[in-house]
Amino acid sequence: MTIDSAVLERHGIKPDEYERILGLLGREPNLTELGLFSVMWSEHCSYKSSRVHLKTLPTDGPRVLQGPGENAGAVDIGDGLAAVFKIESHNHPSFIEPYQGAATGVGGIIRDIFTMGARPIALLDALRFGTLDDARSRRILQGVVAGIGGYGNSIGIPTVGGDVMFDESYSGNPLVNVFCLGLAKADALVKGRASGIGNPIYYVGAKTGRDGIHGATMASAEFDDQLSEKRPAVQVGDPFMEKLLLEACLEVMATDACVGVQDMGAAGLTCATSETGSRGAVGIEIDVAKVPQRETGMTPYEIMLSESQERMLLIVKRGREAEVEQIFEKWDLHAVEIGHVTAGELLTIKHNGVVVAQVPNRALTDEAPVYRRPFAPPAGRDILQQIPVSDLKPAPVATEAFMTLLGSPTVASKRWIYHQYDHMVRTNTIAPAGAGAGVVRVKGTTRALAMSVDGNGRFVWLDPRQGAQLALAEAARNVACAGGVPIGATNCLNFGNPERPEIMWQFAEAVAGLGEACRALGIPITGGNVSLYNETDGRAILPTPVIGVVGLIEDASRTVSRSFPAAGLDLVLLGENHGELGGSEYLKIVHGLIRGVPPRLDLSVEAALQRLVPSLVAAGLIRTAHDCAEGGLAVTLAECAFDSGGIGATIEVPSAASDGGVDRLAATLFGESASRVLVSVEPSQTAAVLSAAGQAGVPASVIGRTGGSSIRIDVDHQVAIDCSVAEAEKQWGTSLAGKLAGRAA
Amino acid sequence: MTFAVVVFPGSNCDHDAYYAVDHVLGQKARFVWHKDTSLGAADVVILPGGFSHGDYLRTGAIARFSPIMPAVQEFAAAGRPVLGICNGFQILTECGLLPGAMLRNRDLKFHCELVNVRVERTDTPFTGLCTAGQVLRLPIAHGEGNYYAPPETMDALEASGRVVFRYSTAAGEISEGANPNGALHNIAGICNEGRNVVGLMPHPERACESAVGSADGLVLLESVTGALAHQGALQAVAR
Repeated sequence: MTIDSAVLERHGIKPDEYERILGLLGREPNLTELGLFSVMWSEHCSYKSSRVHLKTLPTDGPRVLQGPGENAGAVDIGDGLAAVFKIESHNHPSFIEPYQGAATGVGGIIRDIFTMGARPIALLDALRFGTLDDARSRRILQGVVAGIGGYGNSIGIPTVGGDVMFDESYSGNPLVNVFCLGLAKADALVKGRASGIGNPIYYVGAKTGRDGIHGATMASAEFDDQLSEKRPAVQVGDPFMEKLLLEACLEVMATDACVGVQDMGAAGLTCATSETGSRGAVGIEIDVAKVPQRETGMTPYEIMLSESQERMLLIVKRGREAEVEQIFEKWDLHAVEIGHVTAGELLTIKHNGVVVAQVPNRALTDEAPVYRRPFAPPAGRDILQQIPVSDLKPAPVATEAFMTLLGSPTVASKRWIYHQYDHMVRTNTIAPAGAGAGVVRVKGTTRALAMSVDGNGRFVWLDPRQGAQLALAEAARNVACAGGVPIGATNCLNFGNPERPEIMWQFAEAVAGLGEACRALGIPITGGNVSLYNETDGRAILPTPVIGVVGLIEDASRTVSRSFPAAGLDLVLLGENHGELGGSEYLKIVHGLIRGVPPRLDLSVEAALQRLVPSLVAAGLIRTAHDCAEGGLAVTLAECAFDSGGIGATIEVPSAASDGGVDRLAATLFGESASRVLVSVEPSQTAAVLSAAGQAGVPASVIGRTGGSSIRIDVDHQVAIDCSVAEAEKQWGTSLAGKLAGRAA
Repeated sequence: MTFAVVVFPGSNCDHDAYYAVDHVLGQKARFVWHKDTSLGAADVVILPGGFSHGDYLRTGAIARFSPIMPAVQEFAAAGRPVLGICNGFQILTECGLLPGAMLRNRDLKFHCELVNVRVERTDTPFTGLCTAGQVLRLPIAHGEGNYYAPPETMDALEASGRVVFRYSTAAGEISEGANPNGALHNIAGICNEGRNVVGLMPHPERACESAVGSADGLVLLESVTGALAHQGALQAVAR
């Protein structure tokens, strides 16, 4: 086949990119070689639009053992241990085939973690769906949840937390971002690099089929009405196979018989060979005829581009082959030698001994194009950032709005979802399900790890820079509320088509904001994933950077959660209520608007708060802590009363409103000002908490007390909300199940 | 006292059982690989939870053919204590050590939550330290835990007092609302005629420390430790 413009277009290669290929090779590529370039230079693998921006993120810190560039990042957590973690998207496959798309998303990130030599111990998911009045969105949600459970439950890694939000913009493009964390010996992290000329290269795991060919290219394009044709590019997951791979690989890695390991995810064998080769500055030679195949008649092109799941590439020390093969034999897995490490830097692909492709490894990886795509703010930003006060319909009474918010799927209990996930397996989970950060203890130490994934697309839509800062701040604050000191973060940046200047502007601003917040809060980014082209029929999603933060709890017995443990506790609000409604759940749910300026964020106050809360937890001064987020102070208070056995609370606050002319009462109750944490305190400790807050420079005030069976909020000495806990909890607890059953709540 | 924890490919609560025995109970735990044909030194056998062989066919259906299973059968036939938890319970029904089978949960969904389980019988080695009617808070985590057996088997189970655990309310009432999966007669666990083989869907090994939500499951492990110690003392006296 000659390579013409039609062939290039099918491979998603632009004419100028083809020129670059010609220059790098000094000749025309054959079709197999073109295939290698097409997947490795796809947006998904090459980060060609995002790389220049990502480079500005802070990736270093005293605890960082591994920053971006490997399969996952790693931070030192003491006791000679490393927490290895990353977040990755599987958005496009989950839209096409929700169950398998989500399941293989879980499988993929788990492989990234154990590839580093770490045993995975926790999963979290950030999910975004269209609104549930749409039958398709309900079906997608049900499929995604079943797929996450189907894979995670079976492989035996607990799903300990997550974040679910709903917006129309995700109806044609749901987001499925999966976070995984594992534990490894800090001095025994395994790298995805080849070394040692002559060392054999082993292929391990499932056989290679024709599934997923050009999956990475698909994930780098927008959807259109030709959707069903893309279905063969989604893979099917086999958690049992992955469980065997996980156990066998960890057993092999414990022997030091491997010099490098890489999983085969996006771009399959092509990515695994060229990346290990280029990282190690060596050549790789394989014979694809030796690759175990599920189907007959597969061409080298198909074998190299397949994205069949549950496969690993191992570079083994020459002379240790028998040892490695024996371990895989024990687990009934085939380990096949398919090639070896060579001198030079070429990737040589043979088929039955005949060279069918030969490309420098670096040409596929480091030499991939890098774009400085033009960006410009969208028109009409100033209008977007104004709340059209005069157009708002009359505000409902506060209690009515409160109940509406509690029933909103974004706010409502996610019990329907998390009860389908095994969140307890491995007996490390020490935080109740569905309440803020996931917390797992680290056996053999006194420590625990808290983790949270967050990212409010509405805020980023209204102001990408500010919104991204708020995303990091919220994830870190959730971790702090469990008593964790944030020590590292991973990002999953979900945006639309970067070839549109206004989308690229959102991206550039968001990354800049994220970097500023990381520096101010002292949290390095150790890796992550970018998912672009999240559009269907030209409509982009809300720009959604999801940030996963990991925090260290020194004393696992001192973690706290959010539900009130007793009546008669003082309620202290750390931080200030500025009454900001911009981008709030209230505006969206009650008035159907995403408008205004997102809540302001004073990063120095946020940093002080995030130091203060874990110190209060560690000192045993507070009984519970809960971050104020969607639905504002009123919803935060209610959530603390839920799952408490019906313990109510009464608070009294002054009115606050910074968005000129907006309903002051609504802004006070439901505004989403950042840097606020509601804590409950034994009255005997209140003075100590206020004094610690004062020393930390965090505003703090006693606003009420737990007790009774109602949630009562007085604003300016007038009753604004008075509602029984039972009634509110019923609304909050049953809404999601009702909406998924297609009932109006 | 040594607990043998059998590891099947796809077992995923093997480490939980090991940790509960070794770290919390303070007894010796050993993993036994399913391809082995001998249990080695063992006073108690635990078949742990998980998804043996992926449970793609029928839960536990392939694990019953593992090379270790004849040794487990022999151990059970000798009247020695065997505990099957979740997938382990499913394997025990597949290999015929316990009657019945597990259907998919009534609502076709996986359930993971803490439930109340009433202890019906204290005359098994795993419940000797419980009181009859005691309610335990134990986690469940399964998609196929809906216990089923034909009517004559159900009658026989009930008549011979072999229902060991039932799903109940916190107050110990047996009700449909307290039944998480649709199991017949709210059955959460049963034993064999010899009462030495016990299978249950809830996970006592995951509920051995209050830090993880409940310590109510520890009594099962303490019971069997106590029962064996008592037996050992009797044998010593007899000699």
